[in-house]
Amino acid sequence: MGRWRLLRALVCALVGIYLVAPLVVVLIISFSSASFLRFPPPGYSLRWYENLVRDPAWMDAVWVSIQILVPTALLSTALGTAAALALIRGRLPGAGFVGAALMAPLVVPSIITSAGLYIAYRGLGLNGTLAGMVIGHVVVTLPCVIATVGSALRSLDPRLEAAAATLGATPAAAFRRITLPLLAPAVLSSMLFAAVLSFDELIVSLFVGSARLRTVPVQMWSNIRGDFDPTVAAIASLCFLVALIALALEALLRRRNGDRE
Amino acid sequence: MTLPAMGDPAGPILELRGIRKQYGRLAAVDDVSLELRHGEFLTFLGPSGSGKTTTLMLVAGLQQPDSGRIILAGKPVDRLPPYKRDIGMVFQHYALFPHMTVRRNVAFPLEMRGTPRAEAERLVSAALAMVGLPDHGDRLPRQLSGGQQQRVALARAMVYRPALLLMDEPLGALDKALREGLQLEIKRLHREQRMSVLYVTHDQAEALTMSDRIAVFDEGRIQQIGTPSELYERPATRFVASFVGETNFIPGTVLGRDGDACRIAVAGVPMLASDRFSAQPGTRVTLAIRPERLRLSAAGEGVPAELVDLIYLGNARRYVLRLPDGTEWSALLQAGMADAATLRHGDAVRLTWEAAHATAFPG
Repeated sequence: MGRWRLLRALVCALVGIYLVAPLVVVLIISFSSASFLRFPPPGYSLRWYENLVRDPAWMDAVWVSIQILVPTALLSTALGTAAALALIRGRLPGAGFVGAALMAPLVVPSIITSAGLYIAYRGLGLNGTLAGMVIGHVVVTLPCVIATVGSALRSLDPRLEAAAATLGATPAAAFRRITLPLLAPAVLSSMLFAAVLSFDELIVSLFVGSARLRTVPVQMWSNIRGDFDPTVAAIASLCFLVALIALALEALLRRRNGDRE
Repeated sequence: MTLPAMGDPAGPILELRGIRKQYGRLAAVDDVSLELRHGEFLTFLGPSGSGKTTTLMLVAGLQQPDSGRIILAGKPVDRLPPYKRDIGMVFQHYALFPHMTVRRNVAFPLEMRGTPRAEAERLVSAALAMVGLPDHGDRLPRQLSGGQQQRVALARAMVYRPALLLMDEPLGALDKALREGLQLEIKRLHREQRMSVLYVTHDQAEALTMSDRIAVFDEGRIQQIGTPSELYERPATRFVASFVGETNFIPGTVLGRDGDACRIAVAGVPMLASDRFSAQPGTRVTLAIRPERLRLSAAGEGVPAELVDLIYLGNARRYVLRLPDGTEWSALLQAGMADAATLRHGDAVRLTWEAAHATAFPG
């Protein structure tokens, strides 16, 4: 048994290293003093972070990403929550089909969804617009919201809503006072996920965006293909930090919710 | 036909007329009609799937009947949603709102009715005191035991004094000792608060303990509705006789009439029984006799049997008797009854009963 345990620990450690190593490498390179990607770096500096802040292309990309991320997270959460309610609590004819269609971006290759958006936008003049970008990001983040809120809704006892109704609550009041507060942790964490997904989204942004509408991942993409310097490692480290904060927030939320139940 | 005025203590608080509810091809509730009087405690008793809970849900408005009328306090409500019916409901699994304190839970229906805050506070305190939890207001439901949670649910359903209190197996999730304590408490609250209660249970002892009247459900229909003693002493159907209390079912053949009673051959011995269907001679029937109504003697008239087992129960003795045809009957004798006290295992005995205590059912 001792031997098996050792083996298990070894396998776990290897998997851990495999998962974390690229991140660590990127993190280290972001502090490199050399002007090319080299590992291990010959020396350490903050010059690439400085470059990031100084270069308007990067700062514009961050600003564009934020302008897309915020409305995407809000819209996606509102629509996804409404969709989850309709699919699970409502008596929607063809709910299975509607649900599958909404969840499709999860299984359809991202490039297909993106190409579809691009073609549809051509007639509507939405390519290269912020609105078009937000709509695209909502489409690809919606499945995550529906899945998160949906699973919370499924574990929510429908008798609570029935009880509220017998106690005199209209459906709107029951939703506001009972259903929504109980779903709040799931709704908030799905909003965080939607924000992170939107911030990371590359392919939709490549298709729908333009030279003037570049998100951070698009800027990274073109940077890697063009002048290849450790600025990309610096921004990647920052992205990682943002994701880490989001994850920590989510864990915190979950714990508070755990206290409640 | 005129409907009684709302709140008229003489009229029924609830009236069901020909209620029907179908699930696919199965009639869950099949032509149910009844009246619940003001201040009455009426219990729906039946096995699971008998239609009792569905009928309750129809009264609550949580489900819609396919046909029939529901009249609550003189007003037809069968097209109204639950929140427009003047009802309170207690669920088996409490259904307390987990994110609200006990006080907020109890205050919820008052809030929905726009009760002024000070008045609501006063009513909530009174309701919590009424169910014996005056100091638990600031706790969350999960910090309470099952019995306490059900008391809170009771307070929440009664605090706004609805016209009718509905209870769906409210004690089903509790253990036996707690259940019996709460049975008496609910009965006390019903009496003190003069509430009209519609109660659902599958536990016949609970129904007998608590109810003014019981409606026995089977296969979506009311088999019989009456006081506990009516159901017990004069069951209308074989199902009621078997579901309420313990019963010996004894096969026999009708010989003829003897005044109001019916003469029936039981194991070859002519005996008397009451019937409700004027059985013709030669008809095969089943007699239902309660164990405590069987009389045992060492000799004389009656159906011959052998005493195969004697069980001492403290306040009573149970006698297990075998007839020549092999069927076993059960007799129950209160302690202190002189007759049969000397009987021993293996003794031959004679069984008799009064005609009024044996009911003949067809088949």
